[in-house]
Amino acid sequence: MSNIIEIRNLTFKYANDEGNETVAIDGLDLNIEEGSFVAVLGHNGSGKSTLAKHLNGILQPTDGTVLVAGMDTRDENLITDIRRQVGMVFQNPDNQIVANVVEDDVAFGPENLGVEPAEIRRRVDEALKAVDMWEFRSHAPHLLSGGQKQRVAIAGVIAMRPRCIVLDEPTAMLDPAGRAEVIDTVMRLNKEQGITVVLITHHMSETINADRLIVMSDGRIVEDGRPEQVFANVQKLRDAGLTVPETTQLIYELRREGIDLPLDALSVEACADSIYKAFA
Amino acid sequence: MLKNITLGQYFPGSTFVHRLDPRTKLLIIVVYIVALFLVDKIAAYLPVIVFLALSVAISKIKPKVLVSGMKPLFIIIVITAIINLFFTSGEPIFKLWVISVTKEGVRAAIFMLLRISLLIMGTFMLTYTTAPMQLTDGLESLLGPLKKIKVPVHELAMMMSIALRFIPTLIEETDKIMNAQKARGADFETGGLLQKAKAMLPLLIPLFISAFRRADELATAMESRCYSGGDGRTKMKQLSYGSIDAIAGAAVIILLAAVILLNTFGV
Ligand SMILES: Nc1ncnc2c1ncn2[C@@H]1O[C@H](COP(=O)(O)OP(=O)(O)OP(=O)(O)O)[C@@H](O)[C@H]1O
Ligand SMILES: [Mg+2]
Repeated sequence: MSNIIEIRNLTFKYANDEGNETVAIDGLDLNIEEGSFVAVLGHNGSGKSTLAKHLNGILQPTDGTVLVAGMDTRDENLITDIRRQVGMVFQNPDNQIVANVVEDDVAFGPENLGVEPAEIRRRVDEALKAVDMWEFRSHAPHLLSGGQKQRVAIAGVIAMRPRCIVLDEPTAMLDPAGRAEVIDTVMRLNKEQGITVVLITHHMSETINADRLIVMSDGRIVEDGRPEQVFANVQKLRDAGLTVPETTQLIYELRREGIDLPLDALSVEACADSIYKAFA
Repeated sequence: MLKNITLGQYFPGSTFVHRLDPRTKLLIIVVYIVALFLVDKIAAYLPVIVFLALSVAISKIKPKVLVSGMKPLFIIIVITAIINLFFTSGEPIFKLWVISVTKEGVRAAIFMLLRISLLIMGTFMLTYTTAPMQLTDGLESLLGPLKKIKVPVHELAMMMSIALRFIPTLIEETDKIMNAQKARGADFETGGLLQKAKAMLPLLIPLFISAFRRADELATAMESRCYSGGDGRTKMKQLSYGSIDAIAGAAVIILLAAVILLNTFGV
């Protein structure tokens, strides 16, 4: 499969008022395969949001290149095309909903692209059904729950027919039920429509079903692999300022006591199963 | 406690009035206001009142809602009427010490009372029966020709609709901040006007900071969704005039004609 996103030697520096610079991304290389589900973990300030904003040209590299479907994000003329291909969902659902009726908000993206009214209608209905919010199409967004708002935001993105969706901590402000709604929706879009997903999160449990897990620390990628492989590297994760899932933690401690267990049992069931086998 | 603000409130419905094109309603309200200010015989108020009453009846807006919406403005209306009542010179009806009520004063007071109330109720009817987004769409479309002389019509309409979109969000936030500060002993209820205003100050600062953060995030989100101003933009919901708009237009022309007629021949 081809890469939807190719990042070469990306460096990004924020300049602050005193003329100092913060290096937020430091010589990062990354390819993201079309159709994959990539989760990104990292401690606060590790550069996750900065990386996300490079994926649709909100920020331009200080150094290095970012190619989206072969298009350089530094090319002003391609920026609309790039943003059509890569949709963004942000943390605070209230601050990304533009209109005060759900369906009008979902229509906002296609309207900006100059799509024909009848076609917009079709896409809006389709997008709202895809995120299971069609019954709420004429509601006011501020009366919806957090999870519902975030699904409206996702619908607003998929109405533009993107090939990739980048979600920057979409569940950070939601309760557990809302979190599950959002993650389920995103996984379904990935599996059923083949949309590439980049999910930035603080919740380990949301990364378990990803095809690939990337761990960032200080503007660099320190771990990259299948989630179970990454979590097996307990010491390295701790160095990156992250805690590992409780299941991995448990197995890790048992291993240190000399009990031979596989470190890649991530789900509670798999963990219980492997412990059971070890003692049976 | 802030939940009951009814500023620009909209009551959804599907009546004749609700289904009118927002541009029609905006034009009607302009003609209605012109008619209202043309009135100079008391009888000429009759068609204006009939017009308003008809639109209230057809749109099924409860008259009670309309009246209670007027409450915050009640004092202003009364004061205006009183000033007119006592301070208009002319033929006195009765005199009490230095205060005198004149025939012209009574007339001016009644005129003011009717004019202001009808004006407010008319504009309320517009916002009660038109979704805010439709209103801004209608304004954008009506003012469209001004784009030729470089008036940023699209941007103004967009600002208005975003402001409307964020009113409930900011009200909710104000409520939250108020509760958080009440929990730490802040007092918003007692004291005079000045004291209350002072108590509000620590409320405004966090509110402003958060509003700026929101604006920043919203701008990023809008850009991410390919927003780049009004050029080349389409609309999902096209505005279109129908036969009901013609009927409503005819009605408001009749209103204007009736006012002019009664002005000339009425008392
Ligand atoms: N607008 C900005 N101006 C200056 N420095 C910034 C700005 N945004 C982020 N930074 C700095 O860049 C670094 C990376 O920030 P970034 O927001 O990308 O981290 P993050 O991984 O998304 O963190 P979090 O988990 O808190 O969202 C941090 O050191 C941060 O302080
Ligand atoms: Mg972040």
